[in-house]
Amino acid sequence: MGIIIDEMEGKLRPPSIGLKPYDAKVIPLTTGEDMLVREITYDEIPLLMETIEPLMKQPKDFYDIVASRIYAELLGMYRYRVQDEYCFVGAVDGEIAGIVNGRMVNEKVGMSYHTMTLKRGARVGAQLFAAKMEYHFDFMNQDEVWIVAESPNGFKRWMIEYELESRPQCPHELGGVPTFVLTRALWEKHKANKNVGIRPAFEEVIEANKVLHKPAKISV
Amino acid sequence: MRNVGIVGVGHTKFGKSELPFIDMVCAAALEAMDDAGAKTGNKNVINQVFVGTMGAGMVSRISGIASAVVDTLNIRPAMAETIENGPASGASAIKLGYMAIASGMCDCVLVIGAEGMRAVSGWEGTDFVATMLHPEGEYKYGLTLPAFAGLFTRLCMDKYGLESRDLSIVSVKNHANACKNPCAHIQAPVVLERITNKAYINATNPIVADPLRQYDMCPVSDGAAAVLLVAEDKKAELGFGDKKFVKIAGIGSATDTHVVANREVPSDLLAVRLSAEMAYKMAGVGPADIDVAELHDAFQILEIAESEEVGFFKRGEGHIAARNGETALNGSKPINTSGGLKAKGHPLGATGVSQVVELVRQLRGEAGERQIPDAKTGLAVNFGGFGNNVVSTILTTK
Repeated sequence: MGIIIDEMEGKLRPPSIGLKPYDAKVIPLTTGEDMLVREITYDEIPLLMETIEPLMKQPKDFYDIVASRIYAELLGMYRYRVQDEYCFVGAVDGEIAGIVNGRMVNEKVGMSYHTMTLKRGARVGAQLFAAKMEYHFDFMNQDEVWIVAESPNGFKRWMIEYELESRPQCPHELGGVPTFVLTRALWEKHKANKNVGIRPAFEEVIEANKVLHKPAKISV
Repeated sequence: MRNVGIVGVGHTKFGKSELPFIDMVCAAALEAMDDAGAKTGNKNVINQVFVGTMGAGMVSRISGIASAVVDTLNIRPAMAETIENGPASGASAIKLGYMAIASGMCDCVLVIGAEGMRAVSGWEGTDFVATMLHPEGEYKYGLTLPAFAGLFTRLCMDKYGLESRDLSIVSVKNHANACKNPCAHIQAPVVLERITNKAYINATNPIVADPLRQYDMCPVSDGAAAVLLVAEDKKAELGFGDKKFVKIAGIGSATDTHVVANREVPSDLLAVRLSAEMAYKMAGVGPADIDVAELHDAFQILEIAESEEVGFFKRGEGHIAARNGETALNGSKPINTSGGLKAKGHPLGATGVSQVVELVRQLRGEAGERQIPDAKTGLAVNFGGFGNNVVSTILTTK
């Protein structure tokens, strides 16, 4: 019986192009703190879901829709129902400061999902978004990433600041919203100013963020 | 003229307001009235309400806000007018309140400054602020306030040798002060190295209007502040006898050319200098007598330039004073103890009143962790346009 379930499960799981590991890095925040950006482990997914769950009812700055969708995307990742999904976390002393995720459409095209900041006012979101673009272009060696925005803040940060190419005919998964594209040329143009971080990450910062925990209070 | 002073202050938390505009305005007013012990209905003693706002009609889509406030607060039939003088609307409203009492026309005036800036997008807000520029000579060419501040900063850099780092020093100081102010929009410390280190400055502190970076300018905020003014000779009769009276000792205001390019010395802020001189003369004090100051730092360069124009430091040496810590809470001339526009926030019409609220708190000894010991006399400079209309106010408890 067990074998049959495994076979069925195998049929339900998407195929993979094979994700490459993302090297953790340290990002200096304006507050003086050091934020570690790293991939999450499979076992950390429930904690992230628990962390963002209260925000699913927070309408301010569209946190509700972003949190709800990330929750579903993380659940999809946890249940192995999304192809080549990844999720990074920004953490300060183990406290989750922000979450970004996305997936690979194929070897050359990536799809950005979401960027959520739990520690506002320190450019955490901007840094995490840059980190995920770095993953698509500099680690996965992709040609372009499809991006949509669900909030005015996101539109300003990504579409305008990165001068994204409008390509409404591209079918992004997030609700059919007109798609914008970060091409490799645009990435190369902007990455020097947008993408920072210290590698290898300091040992003490890695150690401090080995075990993640929810922020005591999330003020958005 | 009669002596005029402040017996009540109110201040909302600046940032993104969760309240409708009129409720936010009334929240500040009620706090000031409660602070003074002022009553409503048939016990009301307020003769006049002035509301300073630059864009209540344009941005918040509410015109005649002063009339609405009087009715909402149940202080009819008090006289009511809305005052518009760009970002100096708040201080202008206080000036008119002062004049109304000093002239003998009124005995008690409620002054509120307010703005709802975050109801619109960032670029709509920037455009709204830019409407105060000259329509033909500046606005139609796409000039904005950050653009002017960038040009002005470059001039000061060339002329006086100040550096981008000096702007950051002012910013870090004001963020530190705002962490001690519960009403401030941004209550997060900023570390100088993190916003100046060339290895990552473009990510942590990106360019907005060259040479200005994000931490060289104020955020966009909603907010309201209020003060209750009374005639000293009527204070007891009106029921404010037991309240601390912070005297408005001097008010000055001055104008300059609308088109900035028409100024004889474009690196000077002539209206700041003239309005401060007028206020000093009226108060019978000089720069050395000022214990604490709130200067209009919509851009960090303005705090530096204004600190020179009001006579605290020689022209071209304000940035050196900031470097030396002279303008910090424990310095010899503390500036922007509230966090300034940089970190407390800058809801345009509210700012001039908010600056005066901070001075009142300092002079009453109620400023908590940011209290300047034995502060007796304070100066506020509220800057309109790009310096074409400035109001300076001096308060004292001496």
